[in-house]
Amino acid sequence: MANASVEVIEAQELAAWKGIRAAVTGGTSGLGLALVRILLDHGARVAFVARNRNRVERLMSERSEARGITGDVSQKGDIYSIAIQILGLLGGLDVLINNASSLGPVPLAPLADTNCEDFEVALQTNLLGPFRLTKALLGALAASAREGGHPLVVNISSDAAISAYPNWGAYAASKAALHHLSGIWNAELASQGIQVISWDPGDMDTPLHAIAVPDVDSTALKRPEDAARELILKIEHHLSAVREGGP
Amino acid sequence: MIPANVPIQRRAGARLLVVDSRGQTRDLLRSNFPTLLHPGDIVVANDAATLPASIFGVHKRSGRSIEVRLAGSESLSPEDVKQFSAVIFGEGNHRTATERRPSPPELRPGDTLELGPLTAIVLQLIGHPRFVMIRFEGPSTRIWEGLARYGRPIQYSHISTPLAIWDTWTPIAGPPVAFEPPSAGFALDWRTLNAIHRIGARFATITHAAGISSTGDDELDARLPFDEPYRIPESTARSIRLARADGGRLIAIGTTVVRALEHAASVHGVVCETMGLAVNKIGPTTELRVVDAILSGTHEPGTSHHKLLSAFLNQHTLAKMDQVLREYSYLTHEFGDSIFVEKSRHRESWMEPSIFGLRNRAPEGGDTSPLSF
Repeated sequence: MANASVEVIEAQELAAWKGIRAAVTGGTSGLGLALVRILLDHGARVAFVARNRNRVERLMSERSEARGITGDVSQKGDIYSIAIQILGLLGGLDVLINNASSLGPVPLAPLADTNCEDFEVALQTNLLGPFRLTKALLGALAASAREGGHPLVVNISSDAAISAYPNWGAYAASKAALHHLSGIWNAELASQGIQVISWDPGDMDTPLHAIAVPDVDSTALKRPEDAARELILKIEHHLSAVREGGP
Repeated sequence: MIPANVPIQRRAGARLLVVDSRGQTRDLLRSNFPTLLHPGDIVVANDAATLPASIFGVHKRSGRSIEVRLAGSESLSPEDVKQFSAVIFGEGNHRTATERRPSPPELRPGDTLELGPLTAIVLQLIGHPRFVMIRFEGPSTRIWEGLARYGRPIQYSHISTPLAIWDTWTPIAGPPVAFEPPSAGFALDWRTLNAIHRIGARFATITHAAGISSTGDDELDARLPFDEPYRIPESTARSIRLARADGGRLIAIGTTVVRALEHAASVHGVVCETMGLAVNKIGPTTELRVVDAILSGTHEPGTSHHKLLSAFLNQHTLAKMDQVLREYSYLTHEFGDSIFVEKSRHRESWMEPSIFGLRNRAPEGGDTSPLSF
């Protein structure tokens, strides 16, 4: 579904999202922007995070019900400021989507030509940022579980986390680590009622992909709105499964 | 006692002095706290996260530098981020002992406080020249951003290095509504929570807006703790009922939990799902209705936190506990050691001086050791 709207969303779907508090990082472009819009369409209470204040304010003027936060998840010093604003503005948290990503070197480069500093940026954004933000928000997610919610953390991954594509080294290694981190979080937090998943949206027509692969035929790529819709359905299935006592 | 002057929430050697219901004491490593629990018990903690509630700026009418320490709010609602009670200090910072800080300029209703990206208006004085009600200007998103990015954690002179926000959040921190950390909860890491579950005890939380612990002014300190809003979720009320049905004890993590649960019980007769404003002060005449034991920091005599302990212990036992804490060099303040105090079976009449007679502290790294019998 390209442009979700309240009119075409089934009542059952809307009910699943009623009262859900969701936060999305990297929320002003690509998949993150599509997620913010579709989550709002479904009636969730949404806070989004992005580095560029102008873009944050533009989205807030488009969707006045969205809570915009200017911050950089790759910066340790920003994490608790972001967490305070998410929890202050939403009053708690049920769904965290760690979506903000960095390619590392631009243009993409073989590992042998990758500067350590570029690799570090990829790790800070794609691995340490999600780790730190999840950790800062863990108390709120656990509270959601204790109060009968079904908290979920979604770490946006990539097929590059699994397959070894030349030139994607920094990005792929950071996403592979994020993928594994998700599994460990999930195992460790099961006792607290918190689920953590890693999800690959596929190759999308996003600004990040255009930077990585400038010459690609964008019409062959998935639209971020479609990927967002897939994720929303996946989360709904999660909510249904746990409500029915499933995994 | 010796102040803990390094902001480490869970020092490897952190101690726990246990005072049981008969007044007997043991010295443990705090990491052994779960061994004090029994199947069926319920542990209740305060999940409030701590706001960076110290905000530096200028009192516009006088042009003088000030520090605003947010001290209280009447509500836990995220939308109610505009209005706070606050204690105002003059020039300087936390490195000067609170009681030696210069006074702020004369404050009047209508005064403007320029606080970095935030602007606040003094609405009224609250019975004291430095204690005021203020209102932040602007939309709530801007106020949250201003507090989150510009505010600093309230801190005192026993810690010289500036505290980071993460120093003040307990591992279970959720809603950012506390003004100082509910620091008893520093002891609760996720490993401890899992241990609580393995034992067969329950874990639940309330949210209580822990207020400022010291104002630097005797008259204001005598009014502490200020009124504090709290929320008891339905799931917590239900867990408490189930624990009671199982014959389990209720163990409060920190003074704020005692205050909230006892306030709710005094108003409703039982602990039920509720949003309340704790206006109660707990002390030697308080009859505890629901809390059986408390895990808390080591508090200095004369503070409101210390006074709360006299609801659990008679004055003699409390004095002796203080003596042991001093003699065994327990560390105090928010990053210090801890006590675990059970409600005395004979709070008013019980007295047994000899039980504190021995001095066989557990060896370093040791597990448990009775200090007395």
